[in-house]
Amino acid sequence: MFLYILKRVLATIPVMVIVAIFVFLLLRLTPGDPAAILAGDAATPAQLERIRDRLGLNDPLLTQFFTWMGQLLRGDLGVSLLSNTSVAGMLADRLGPTINIALMTIVISVAMAVPMGVIAAWRHRTWVDFLVMSFSVLGFSVPVFVIGYILIQIFAIDLRWVPVQGYKSPAEGFGAFFSRAILPSLTLATIYIALIARMTRASMLEVLGEDYIRTARAKGVRENVVLFRHALRNAAVPILTIIGTGFALLISGVVVTESVFNIPGIGRLTVDAILARDYPVIQAMILLTAGIYVFVNLLVDVSYSFFDPRIRY
Amino acid sequence: MEFKSRDFSAAKRILKIRKLNVGLTGRPKAAPVLDGIDLDIRAGETHCLVGESGSGKSVTSLAAMGLLPPDALEIQSGLIDLEGFDITAARPAQMRELRARRIAMIFQEPMTALNPVLRVGEQIEEVLNMHTDLSTADAKARTIDMMEQVHLPDVQRIYSAFPHQLSGGQRQRIMIAMALILDPDLLIADEPTTALDVTTQLQILKLIAEMQERHGTAVLFITHDMGVVAEIADTVSVMQKGRIVESAPIRDLLTHPKEDYTKKLLKAVPNLAPRPSRGVSAKSDVITVAGLDMTYGGGGFFRKSEGVKAARDVNFTIAPGRTLGIVGESGSGKSTVARCIMRLIDPTAGKVTVAGTEIAQLSRRQLQPHRKHFQIVFQDPYRSLNPRWTVARSLCEGPINFGTPRDAAMDHAAELMELVDLPRDALDRYPHQFSGGQRQRIAIARAVAMKPDLLVADEAVSALDVSVQAQVLDLLDDIQEKFGVAMLFITHDLRVAAQICDEVLVMQKGLVVEHGPAGGVLSNPTHEYTRNLIEAAPGRRWDFANFRALDSAPANQGATA
Repeated sequence: MFLYILKRVLATIPVMVIVAIFVFLLLRLTPGDPAAILAGDAATPAQLERIRDRLGLNDPLLTQFFTWMGQLLRGDLGVSLLSNTSVAGMLADRLGPTINIALMTIVISVAMAVPMGVIAAWRHRTWVDFLVMSFSVLGFSVPVFVIGYILIQIFAIDLRWVPVQGYKSPAEGFGAFFSRAILPSLTLATIYIALIARMTRASMLEVLGEDYIRTARAKGVRENVVLFRHALRNAAVPILTIIGTGFALLISGVVVTESVFNIPGIGRLTVDAILARDYPVIQAMILLTAGIYVFVNLLVDVSYSFFDPRIRY
Repeated sequence: MEFKSRDFSAAKRILKIRKLNVGLTGRPKAAPVLDGIDLDIRAGETHCLVGESGSGKSVTSLAAMGLLPPDALEIQSGLIDLEGFDITAARPAQMRELRARRIAMIFQEPMTALNPVLRVGEQIEEVLNMHTDLSTADAKARTIDMMEQVHLPDVQRIYSAFPHQLSGGQRQRIMIAMALILDPDLLIADEPTTALDVTTQLQILKLIAEMQERHGTAVLFITHDMGVVAEIADTVSVMQKGRIVESAPIRDLLTHPKEDYTKKLLKAVPNLAPRPSRGVSAKSDVITVAGLDMTYGGGGFFRKSEGVKAARDVNFTIAPGRTLGIVGESGSGKSTVARCIMRLIDPTAGKVTVAGTEIAQLSRRQLQPHRKHFQIVFQDPYRSLNPRWTVARSLCEGPINFGTPRDAAMDHAAELMELVDLPRDALDRYPHQFSGGQRQRIAIARAVAMKPDLLVADEAVSALDVSVQAQVLDLLDDIQEKFGVAMLFITHDLRVAAQICDEVLVMQKGLVVEHGPAGGVLSNPTHEYTRNLIEAAPGRRWDFANFRALDSAPANQGATA
């Protein structure tokens, strides 16, 4: 087991190195001179030259790369061209809200979608199944911002249960965090509920046809035990995959929701950085996103072997 | 041969089924799946339910368990009475209480019947947790005790093993422990040994008999194998198309079958007496295998592993028009040899010469033009034909790849359909529109379409009913006579090997232990392993086709008739 986890962890290293090389080259090879952007339109060639010198843009590509990698390994992601503050610091500030919202979204999604999928599979081809599937189609097809604004209209403006927008960290009191995080989380969750419920249903339908389910029933096992102890664990692998990918997608894809609910997360940071061609920030964002994907996939891989003892490479 | 045929008329009646009709859910007008089934089983009795696939054996057992799939099948009328309790009227909760406590079941596939993600000990213990108030420690003690009763080795280790870490026989023992731990009155065994090797089958049959003896359990044993029936049954019911056509004590049924269908079933049972061998032709051998070795695995990322030697130093030749059978149990390496010869896998060492070309070391590309010389028929006709292709397309693909014009390939396909006794107009249909036997005929036609010199049949009749099995074996025989093709026939079933092989090669754990003419190997085996295999073949002392014992025949023939 330990060996298996170690192997999976080691396997992530080459992936991250390749991503780093890619990120480095991407910005060095794209048109547009960072120095020119930083200095503004009125800069003289001498000023530009000084800025290039300071950023190390005049060194050979290989030297630049090793300098950059060295900094990266020490956790130094450079300095934002726009705000002149450390990129690592900016990310740390912004990552909190995004991760908290993403976690809450995933918890809501799994808590709702997995039972929905299980029941839909159990009551296959009945009105329950039909209802779950209809909800799933709806969740897929309605755009995120529409759901967001509808939820705001109902719960914040009409019912006045929660604030319209904004963010407070859980450190400032869970109630304050929860009342502000619940609507964006629900908004984000609709599509994941749809996705996970569908996957759970499909996976469960397959498992419920297996011989060992019949064996469990022949033992006189109660239906809820058949469903959740015997079937769900066997159906878990594809569901976990979807949840893992979903979580990674969430973190990198919260742009719209953060804008609608005015949350200072990395989604908005990314948009701002791209608009301003703030290269160090964009680089850091790509690295972060890739890192999250790699890490979540690692978690999913390791959790497979927990659910299914046959997976021990 | 000894039959059980014990008399149980004085014993308590455990299960009484009367006029049971089962049909498609919500469609009372459709043809019934079970049509007026009557069945009685008494305490301590073994009642066998035999019949071909689709005859309704399993549906009968599932109805008794209350486990019919509700959206497909339902009981339409009739009575299933378990010691005075009417199962057809039971509520789901009552039914759950009965299961495992009063009526238990074991299934065919021990591979799939156990939950792969739960430890086997937990799975047995779950029965106790569901039905008793035993403490955790007591439940575990009782589980361990039960595992010892079914003669599992190293019980403490196996208790916390997962199903995939156990052999097929061990898994079936776990199933039996699970079924019998609450000492039920009735055990339903649905083809419990069909997926097992003959020697394992013998052990499991003995175990069931032993447990039955000890607990006085009534056993309803479902099987398609007349050999097994002859070994274990007290009484037998023969099923056909949802009806019980004949019901009798075992001796009566085997010596004086009344119904034509029963006679037909019995006549189709293959026996171990080898068929006469074909003459050796003067022509040179179609295939020569010399020193074939196959090692799986080896290498490894962190440390060098040994690898599994699946076949070691296999040598044989086959002349045109002759059949060599490779027999052995699962894991003996017989399929590995077939796959090496087909070059579906690459042998580690050795020479394979087919139609004059040495193919073992050719690259995939170099091999391509030679592929048409050797063709294979697989075991499972449900999976070996592309479900989205018409029969015509499956039959023509190979010849067209080798340059036959499309029209000529189509004409040939039509001829092939006649050769395998299927209508020409079936060419436009899809595999799912055929029965298992018909599909296997199509698979054979597909192989023959290439006009091969060598036909490899890998367990080609093992998934078929005995009557269909006999027909497909006849077909293979015809084709061999007509085209003079050499055949390599892989099977685990010695009785099948006896029907079709000129020569037999017995494999055990990758090694050839015996090789010779079929008559010699099967009647006078020299190796102990071959003897064990023959000893374990169920019903081998009975000549089913002639309704008499083999060991007493022919001298006693007059006495029994």
